[in-house]
Amino acid sequence: MENLIALLVAAPLLGAAVLLCGGRRLDRAGHWIGTALAAASFVTGVVLFTDMLGRGAEDRALHQHLYSWIPVEGFQADVAFQLDQLSMTFVLLITGVGTLIHIYSIGYMEHDERRRRFFGYLNLFLAAMLILVIADNYLLLYVGWEGVGLASYLLIGFWQHKPSAATAAKKAFLVNRVGDMGLSIAIMLMFTTFGTFAFGPVLGATGDTSEGKLTAIGLMLLLAACGKSAQVPLQSWLGDAMEGPTPVSALIHAATMVTAGVYLIVRSGAIFNGAPDAQLVVVVVGAVTLLFGAIVGCAKDDIKKALAGSTMSQIGYMILAAGLGPIGYVFAIMHLVTHGFFKAGLFLGAGSVMHGMNDEVDMRKYGGLRKYMPVTFVTFGLGYLAIIGFPGLSGFFSKDMIIEAAFAKGGTEGWILGSVTLLGAAITAFYMTRVMLLTFFGEKRWQPDAEGHEPHPHESPKSMTIPMIVLAFGSVFAGGFFSIGDRFMHWLEPVTGHDHGHAPVSAATVTAATMVVLVIGVAIAWAMYGRKPVPAVAPRGSLLTRAARRDLLQDDFNHVVLVRGGEHLTRSLVYVDHTLVDGVVNGTAASMGGLSGRLRKLQNGYARSYAVSMFGGAAVLIAATLLMRAV
Amino acid sequence: MSATAVHSLWTTAGGVTSAAPGDKFTAPTIEYAQLAPVLIVVGAAVLGILVEAFVPRRARYTTQVLLTVVAIAAAFAAVVGLAADGYAGENANIAAMGAVAVDGPALFLQGTILLVSMVSVFTFAERRLDPASHGNRVDSFAAQAGSVPGSDGEKAAVKAGFTTTEVFPLALFSVAGMLVFPAANDLLTLFVALEVFSLPLYLLCAVARRKRLMSQEAAVKYFLLGAFSSAFLLFGIALLYGYAGTVSYAGIAHVVDGTVQQIDPALAGTMGNDALLLIGGAMLLMGLLFKVGAVPFHMWTPDVYQGAPTPVTGFMAAATKVAAFGALLRLLYVVLPGLTWDLRPVMWGVAIVTMLGGAIVAITQTDIKRLLAYSSIAHAGFILAGVIAASPEGVSSVLFYLGVYSFVTVGAFAVVTLVRDADGEATHLSKWAGLGRRSPLTAAVFAVFLLSFAGIPLTSGFSGKFAVFKAAADGGAGGLVVVGVVSSAIAAFFYVRVIVLMFFSEPKADGPTVAVPSPLTMTTIAVGVAVTLVLGLAPQYFLDLAGQAGVFVR
Repeated sequence: MENLIALLVAAPLLGAAVLLCGGRRLDRAGHWIGTALAAASFVTGVVLFTDMLGRGAEDRALHQHLYSWIPVEGFQADVAFQLDQLSMTFVLLITGVGTLIHIYSIGYMEHDERRRRFFGYLNLFLAAMLILVIADNYLLLYVGWEGVGLASYLLIGFWQHKPSAATAAKKAFLVNRVGDMGLSIAIMLMFTTFGTFAFGPVLGATGDTSEGKLTAIGLMLLLAACGKSAQVPLQSWLGDAMEGPTPVSALIHAATMVTAGVYLIVRSGAIFNGAPDAQLVVVVVGAVTLLFGAIVGCAKDDIKKALAGSTMSQIGYMILAAGLGPIGYVFAIMHLVTHGFFKAGLFLGAGSVMHGMNDEVDMRKYGGLRKYMPVTFVTFGLGYLAIIGFPGLSGFFSKDMIIEAAFAKGGTEGWILGSVTLLGAAITAFYMTRVMLLTFFGEKRWQPDAEGHEPHPHESPKSMTIPMIVLAFGSVFAGGFFSIGDRFMHWLEPVTGHDHGHAPVSAATVTAATMVVLVIGVAIAWAMYGRKPVPAVAPRGSLLTRAARRDLLQDDFNHVVLVRGGEHLTRSLVYVDHTLVDGVVNGTAASMGGLSGRLRKLQNGYARSYAVSMFGGAAVLIAATLLMRAV
Repeated sequence: MSATAVHSLWTTAGGVTSAAPGDKFTAPTIEYAQLAPVLIVVGAAVLGILVEAFVPRRARYTTQVLLTVVAIAAAFAAVVGLAADGYAGENANIAAMGAVAVDGPALFLQGTILLVSMVSVFTFAERRLDPASHGNRVDSFAAQAGSVPGSDGEKAAVKAGFTTTEVFPLALFSVAGMLVFPAANDLLTLFVALEVFSLPLYLLCAVARRKRLMSQEAAVKYFLLGAFSSAFLLFGIALLYGYAGTVSYAGIAHVVDGTVQQIDPALAGTMGNDALLLIGGAMLLMGLLFKVGAVPFHMWTPDVYQGAPTPVTGFMAAATKVAAFGALLRLLYVVLPGLTWDLRPVMWGVAIVTMLGGAIVAITQTDIKRLLAYSSIAHAGFILAGVIAASPEGVSSVLFYLGVYSFVTVGAFAVVTLVRDADGEATHLSKWAGLGRRSPLTAAVFAVFLLSFAGIPLTSGFSGKFAVFKAAADGGAGGLVVVGVVSSAIAAFFYVRVIVLMFFSEPKADGPTVAVPSPLTMTTIAVGVAVTLVLGLAPQYFLDLAGQAGVFVR
């Protein structure tokens, strides 16, 4: 059975190779090949999953050793896979949602002449993401990590004829480099500390390692997670990444790739468990980001950017949960899965709306679309209810557990974190209600575009609506399915471990509080956007609103501190290079040239001078030899 | 003086077999099979003289080329056969009454010399570069070496289509001397071998077809200075004989070690006198350093390299260096190991000034042949660093370096013969400007050679330099390695400058043209490129070969 693991990766990798190298003759069939291979990978995943369920909790993990990648003495890197419950969860999420989005893209990208290439990139992404989650060592994980970064870059900039898309792709790539550097340093630290990269030996040896080293490794891993998962301070790329086609936003920048940071932290749980300082930084990052993303999401009029802020915020929840240690690992992953369903569904819904609205993204130009797009309205609505945590839907269970876990951290820290997560839940309810109201309710506000085309809102084709319906099912039922009888916890516990913590208040109290803030959030949004008509042009807004529209000045901050600072540093380095380094180099060269010119004169062409030189040389040689003996 | 005393003196001077007075004179035994490489080449050379005398002029060129190539190939086969019989390892011994060693280093160097000579002879035989004169194809050599340059006699000789086919037997004689030189196991054989390979070289230098006056000047200078250095060498031999009472390497080594078997009564006054040993050793060293072109005995190199016909320059630069370094190694490892600590500082000094001197003066050269001459001086310094290592690794690294360097050198000079204008070869660097635009392939090949000279990784030059420097560093000569690396950096400047000149300068309107050679020169260049790349990318097999060949018989 373990020999099937490689097939998970091989199918989409083959698809990428065929589609990207196959050329024009595959244009007609390309999207079918890509979708079929994604589905093949999903089926393989399901087969492996069924098989895994048939075994006891302790021997569910499978290993497959493909070949020795770098077999050097003292440096062993293997291409080997490990499929345990944690990896299995990701495999099903990635291949399942991935396949749905492949299907959706068939319709969405129908009129794009580079559709074959698009599917090639999607398959490439799937292969890299699968390598990331089933690698059995950090070095191979890094391969997948870089692979998804590449796929993300290619897909954000897929419409590279738009300067904004090209710039966004570059920005994502550059910001991710910072995080990637963190991961590579972490791997190097692991090698010097443990002498290996494999999960088993590294994570098994953390008990004998000093806390300082674990903290260093943990912080570097966190830096990596911040880059990939768009957490403060490396969050700036995610909003711009919405320049990519919407299926990409749904798959890569909502459901899967951006959650790789959460995977990394949960997978490295043993390291963080031994480094409380690093864990503290993790929860701080998570808490800050969950508020940051939520606030940004409140102010955006671009539907995709509002959803991107929401993604950032929800991943902040997961990172926070992961930073809580064994109390939160299970819930981080559970929220990750449910979020994968409803956020992918929301993005696909947004894509469906744009599809019907001539690619308009400004929500102030929507309004009243529920009548024109009933399927989209219902599926989007279910996703909306799930994300705000409407009782009984997926988000209700998973988010509620994170809030409980935050309180269960105990002490002042627990109270602070609990309050932050509650506040986040209120803001989530607000901005998502705003999105919902602006898009589907109220008066229709759309106008002819610059060329005079009046939009004709219409429902999307079946290939797009069916994936949305499937995802809506997940949004509704997944949370309840996982939570009843703590199914998900028992499934994942053998890998991540679990600890109940010391909750200062009862679970029922927390749930009640969550309900209260939910209602408050929805009510405020209703008061602002539901009761009165929405202006088609955004009002000036308060200082906070204006800052939030500019992503809380993230780019201004980066520009002033990093770009200008970098420029100054470069300028001074260039100055030193020109004066000092070049001075020394040119000076040496000039003096060598001068010396050469002078020595050259000794070569005057007369045999007699040459003979004298030889004679002198011989005399010196003899004298020196004798002298050496004398000394 | 009685007859017995005369007899005693005679046998002592004649060899190591110190027969007791009254013994019968026994005929020397010669192991012909073990000397086969040398004998084949000498035989072919003598045959070549007969060809000059008896074969009609029209057929001479073909006959000579064939004879030379076959002789060298046969000699190489003999070397390989000897190595296969274990003479390079456990069966190593000393042949011809103690005169010639047949061991690993000797066979390795002989093989190298023969292969290099083979590709050099190809360039000797090249007849397509110069335009035909009076309907005769011509090579790089004067129509009639004896005619006065510019005289009517010369013109008549050119018109008659004379060619100096004597260069082939001359080259063979030279090769024979070079084969014996690194294998010589007594000082007299060493001296005879030196003269046997030098005298033909003096002649070869003088017979250029173009720029004959320069060629003859170079030959005279080479001859004068060569004779001068031979005098030192011979004087050194005399002093060493005075010190040890024998010219045999092993015999001298025994005296140096203090394990001498018997003291010759006639030399009782001088034997064991260290002053004789040190002075004699230093003079011997000087004679060999002259041949390898080490500073300050290098002054002949640029003038001779520039003046000699370019194929001869290539042959000389490559093969002479191999032979001379071979002899130097044997001298230091077999005869004077006891003197290592006395000679080492001196050798250090020579190596340092050679590396730096060669590299620095090369910077301001404007003629490609002189540039390569100074480059060869710098390389002599690098090889000396390996010689000084005084370890088996040192020996094998030097053997490897010599093999690498000689092929690249022959190849580089072969490229020089291709770049021509109306006056023959265009050796002034300014004329090479923009060559890469006009003849990308030729320029690229030359660039490969230059990069190898500079020791850029993935070329054989890097492997060789790395081996030598590593051996030197392991042998306690770290300081020398530092100087070596600095010199390499300086040297890289002028090598790369030529590349820049070829590829990044505008070609001149009246620039030279690149002649299309016959397959002969093409083979030479191709072998050079192949050796450069193969030994740069996968040097291990040849390093192992040199490593196995690194033990001298004593």
